[in-house]
Amino acid sequence: MTTYCDRCGEPTDAGDHRACESSRQLEPPRYCPACRRRMKVQVLPHGWVARCVEHGELTGA
Amino acid sequence: MSEDLLTRARRQVLEEGRGLGYDDVVEVLRLPGADIPGLLELAHDVRMRWCGPEVEVEGIVSLKTGGCPEDCHFCSQSGQFTSPVRSVWLNIPELVEAAKQTAATGASEFCIVAAVRGPDERLLSQVRDGIEAIHAEVDINIACSLGMLTQEQVDQLVEMGVHRYNHNLESARSYFPDVATTHSWEERWATCEMVREAGMELCCGGIVGMGETLEQRAELATQLAELEPHEVPLNFLNPRPGTPFESLPVLESGDALRTIAAFRLALPRTILRYAGGREITLGDLGTRDGLLGGINAVIVGNYLTTLGRDPGDDLQLLDDLQMPIKELSKTL
Repeated sequence: MTTYCDRCGEPTDAGDHRACESSRQLEPPRYCPACRRRMKVQVLPHGWVARCVEHGELTGA
Repeated sequence: MSEDLLTRARRQVLEEGRGLGYDDVVEVLRLPGADIPGLLELAHDVRMRWCGPEVEVEGIVSLKTGGCPEDCHFCSQSGQFTSPVRSVWLNIPELVEAAKQTAATGASEFCIVAAVRGPDERLLSQVRDGIEAIHAEVDINIACSLGMLTQEQVDQLVEMGVHRYNHNLESARSYFPDVATTHSWEERWATCEMVREAGMELCCGGIVGMGETLEQRAELATQLAELEPHEVPLNFLNPRPGTPFESLPVLESGDALRTIAAFRLALPRTILRYAGGREITLGDLGTRDGLLGGINAVIVGNYLTTLGRDPGDDLQLLDDLQMPIKELSKTL
């Protein structure tokens, strides 16, 4: 099953995503890793919530 | 040459409390790297003399994210670019929770931000409800950043009890047409003047590292000094995917530190706040250097669409530097 980079939305097995991983330390995810849909992301002072219409909610700090 | 400048700045700014003018700010921004420690030391002395040791802590939250009709080239929330940021609204219980989290850090300010040209009735209604709900549960000053305002909207915000209003000039007047085309620098200035004249504290700063020249950076500092805001938030460009500025280089740390010191020397009495971009521009060590080089306020926690340092790390740093957090009672 294909998974997707949650920063750039490209397949994780295609291309180099090390820069994405590095950037993600200071960014919330933007794409659903399961379906690459753009998620609705709410950044909060102490965390974030990312919602995919198909795959539900992710949270992080 | 540089010794003359710092000597002059020491007399004018530190001893007399008069900010540097344009030509001197340009010269500060051109100082060689070897002069940066001395420059930061002077800026720190100025901050301690005219502002004191306290640091104002603030948290911010995005009430309405994305879908903005404006084309500010640095912003991932513009609806005109192919940014991955989608539009989303925060509900009132989440807003109150965010204010509680912010207050728990010791912050005295909580800023509610919306990505809009200016507020419409729906947004103002949400802001009004949010402020009432926060005031009922949280002891914190509320600031807002809702874009350009009419006089009627300014009056409404005063009535709601908004303590401070943020509206940045973003860049020098001469560079602004390269930053945004859907509104003018003069429109921003007009909102700032209305806010100040209505009695709200004015928070007005900008972003450096957007391709402006050093002269334009100095121009922004002196234009801000002319505006006399209560607070200047200093952002360093964090190039966002999908925006016209996505490929600009991150500002070098030496330039960021020169900018901090230059702004402090131009604005000796103003609250000078670390805002977005410090994590990627300065890192941990540079953050410390800036706090010892003129900065006297921080945004703790996350930003609007990106993440910040762990608030605990920032609070520990302030403790290590023996810089007390400004208490709420002293801000009123």
